[in-house]
Amino acid sequence: MSDLKPRYDLAVIGAGPAGLAAATLAAQRGLSTVLLDEQRAPGGQIYRAVTQTPVKNPSVLGSDYWHGADLVGPFRDSGADYAPGSTVWSVSRSLDIGLSRDGAARVLPARHIILATGAIERPFPIPGWTLPGVMGAGAAQILLKTSGLVASGNVVLAGTGPLLWLLAWQYLRAGARIDVILDTTPRENWRQAMPHMGAFARSGYVAKGLKLLLEVRRKVKVIGNVTSLKAEGDGRVQSVLYRQGDGAEQRLPADTLLLHHGVIPNINLANATGCAQNWDEAQRCWVPTVDAWGATSVEGVSIAGDGAGIGGALAAEHRGRLAALDALHRLGVLDRATRDRDAAPHREALDKAQRGREFLDTLYSPAKDFRVPQDETIVCRCEEVTAKQVRDAVKLGVSGPNQTKSFLRCGMGPCQGRLCGPTVVEVIADARGVSPAEVGYYRLRPPVKPITLAELASLPKAEDEIAAVMHH
Amino acid sequence: MFQRLPNASGERVSFTIDGRAAEALSGDSVAAALIANGVQTCRATPVSGAPRAPYCMMGVCFDCLVTIDDVGNQQGCLVRVRPGMRVETQNGKREIER
Repeated sequence: MSDLKPRYDLAVIGAGPAGLAAATLAAQRGLSTVLLDEQRAPGGQIYRAVTQTPVKNPSVLGSDYWHGADLVGPFRDSGADYAPGSTVWSVSRSLDIGLSRDGAARVLPARHIILATGAIERPFPIPGWTLPGVMGAGAAQILLKTSGLVASGNVVLAGTGPLLWLLAWQYLRAGARIDVILDTTPRENWRQAMPHMGAFARSGYVAKGLKLLLEVRRKVKVIGNVTSLKAEGDGRVQSVLYRQGDGAEQRLPADTLLLHHGVIPNINLANATGCAQNWDEAQRCWVPTVDAWGATSVEGVSIAGDGAGIGGALAAEHRGRLAALDALHRLGVLDRATRDRDAAPHREALDKAQRGREFLDTLYSPAKDFRVPQDETIVCRCEEVTAKQVRDAVKLGVSGPNQTKSFLRCGMGPCQGRLCGPTVVEVIADARGVSPAEVGYYRLRPPVKPITLAELASLPKAEDEIAAVMHH
Repeated sequence: MFQRLPNASGERVSFTIDGRAAEALSGDSVAAALIANGVQTCRATPVSGAPRAPYCMMGVCFDCLVTIDDVGNQQGCLVRVRPGMRVETQNGKREIER
């Protein structure tokens, strides 16, 4: 761990593929660069624990995972400073970064900032999703990567999306058991995805994806066209209730239920910084508005990787390099022509990596019933607010998520809307009969992660600041 | 319920959960260490007292809040387990003195 300098040309926040690639390129080109990351080791979530996983058999996690090591090596040699275990709770328009490390807070100024905060799992609100034993499939994958832990007993996977199938494949490779996969991919998605099949067929994902799907389907019972899900249990999950199509409700025993229906950008820091954002209808989520270099509406702040719209891990690293080249240009190191020339191979690689994305987005778009839950379902896990309470608030005239905060405390718990925001937006939009674009999103404010008064008190103070308080 | 893969290797770390001796691997987060030791619930919510356990494992959901070495409301998934660490499950709100 390196000691931090008083200021940097470039600060990159998040050590996944986008952040690692951006920091590496910038430092190689001579910018004083720091990479700040909340985790203790580089890799982000996709390459989580790639330098230290206890899962040593490379065929369990697969070659795409081990590609992460190709990013960490050059980063370590790049000369960039690295600050793991750093929680960034604020980025100001004047490019000051508020962060906490080891229980002490500080403010770090930079000339340019690249947010590489990646993706989070799309909230999957079903009745009983707060019960112990119900987790995100991504959470189970993190337990596998970091600790070599796999679910045991009756294990049920439910939902849709590439990560669900990848986790199933990795579990089988590891020798773990999966009872059933409840596939919630809506039937009509196939028809809608077909026009995008051509581009997908020319991408690098087809052969790999098909092989993986076939291997999982050969070994695990897959129940398709699942239209409702419910977790039940006394103190923890004990069974899963599901419906196939219009069929009767069925019950399965479950000690662990792993839910997944896609990932969405982690936008909290960008939103709190004041970066403009827009509703992405194809990916059904709010995304920060960026140009082809990842530049946001806030001067000096760019976003690289999935945090600016889901593109996947390979796209993320190229987006990181493009954002770094643009930072070099903005800081006066590269002229425009050089930036554009040097960007050409990365842009070409990005186009290739993004080929077929429309097909995946359309095929794995989650069904409305799972985005807009029934009345009894808890929407806000922190404050335990149900979908019915949100609907009742709409009847009283609430038109957007910021008002649900004052009516219901919805979104005001410690997760700061990360686990309820997307659902609250969908429920309000549905109840009002308008697009989520019209409903908006939470207006988030720093600190975007809770910090203690002791941490705040540890911020260095100037003489005049102390004097201002002492003499009043 | 989770179990460790038989060939998962690593240094053993001794710590305590609610005063009981427990063991983890050195790369484990506190949340992973609790799960590896069969802990089913790591807190009760301040709103209704409902039991909760880690949900996201990546610092997003705050359901893995625990007390670590007398400091309450720590995100167990973001703290690495250390030898001698005292982890306590949490009941309701963070207590005033910790």
